[in-house]
Amino acid sequence: MIIMNLQMIKRISLLIAYVLAIYIVFPNDAYGMHIMEGFLPFNWAAFWWLAMIPFVIAGVRSIKKTVALHPSLKMLLGMAGAFAFVLSSLKIPSVTGSCSHPTGVGLGTILFGPTAMTVLGMIVLIFQALLIAHGGITTLGANTFSMGIVGPFVSYGIYKGAKKLGAPLWLSVFLSATIGDLMTYITTSFQLGLAFPAASGGVMASALKFMGIFAFTQLPLAVSEGILTVMVINIFSAYNKKELGILGVFTGKELPTNKKGVKL
Amino acid sequence: MKPIVKNGLLLVVVVALAFGPLFLKRNAEFAGADVQAGEAINAVAPNYKPWFKPLYKPASGEVETFLFALQAALGSGFFFYYLGRSKERYEASKREIKHD
Repeated sequence: MIIMNLQMIKRISLLIAYVLAIYIVFPNDAYGMHIMEGFLPFNWAAFWWLAMIPFVIAGVRSIKKTVALHPSLKMLLGMAGAFAFVLSSLKIPSVTGSCSHPTGVGLGTILFGPTAMTVLGMIVLIFQALLIAHGGITTLGANTFSMGIVGPFVSYGIYKGAKKLGAPLWLSVFLSATIGDLMTYITTSFQLGLAFPAASGGVMASALKFMGIFAFTQLPLAVSEGILTVMVINIFSAYNKKELGILGVFTGKELPTNKKGVKL
Repeated sequence: MKPIVKNGLLLVVVVALAFGPLFLKRNAEFAGADVQAGEAINAVAPNYKPWFKPLYKPASGEVETFLFALQAALGSGFFFYYLGRSKERYEASKREIKHD
């Protein structure tokens, strides 16, 4: 309810404008996460911002349409945002001996489609950039592009593809959330590789180096995110059949009709 | 298998994935992957200076932990409120069907 309210989104964008203004007047001293604040050269930061904007507009439209057609889905939309909010706050240790966090956008993508998650993902990133110095405003475009655009679109494609091939719901959900999560960090690696090509080997060598940092750390976390998403879908299949049915109608997806939820 | 048993088993796997590394790599630092990426940027482009700084940085590790915990609490608060509400509605609709 808190997160998806459209007036809220308007207020949040006003807040961003305000904060940006203050930001420029009173620069501060700190570091962040995702791609850290200031860690992309200006041209790249601007490029990713511009690349993000059309998806955000499409996302706001998609959310408006969903809410106008089915006001009863507002709560579920807020829930999808809350799921991403929780998962991206959990920095989980990984086998590489460093920590990273899941993105949590796969669930919302399966329910509401990819562009809706661009908006929700961006809101989560703004919260983290402003309050926790995690990520950043200059790198918001790049981070939204990886977590809110590439991740959800890959998730969406895999979900649809797996369903089409006749995979059971749990497997489609698992693959969709897991691979979407991984692709987010592979995208981050390429964004850094493009901005900082290695002296020998260029963009690819550099991207592979960043992938070694992000992608391997992310692997077990992506699997965790996949499993958690399956768990949530299991619960919804039991208690929220009506909502899932409505969503199935306007996304053309099949959802289970049995009461006990997803068969494993 | 009952859904709750299924989800219970899945949860065990997630917990193992999250806590396993702490035992497997006892001596690791478990720093954020982003900090490592920052170091890697320094190695590739030693002359690069971040041109923009976060406008607010938590005053200490404690404050940062507080904000992260707050984020998790707000998110899971809403999430489980929604789940509880859904379950209650589902059971209420089942009861209604029985009374009819």
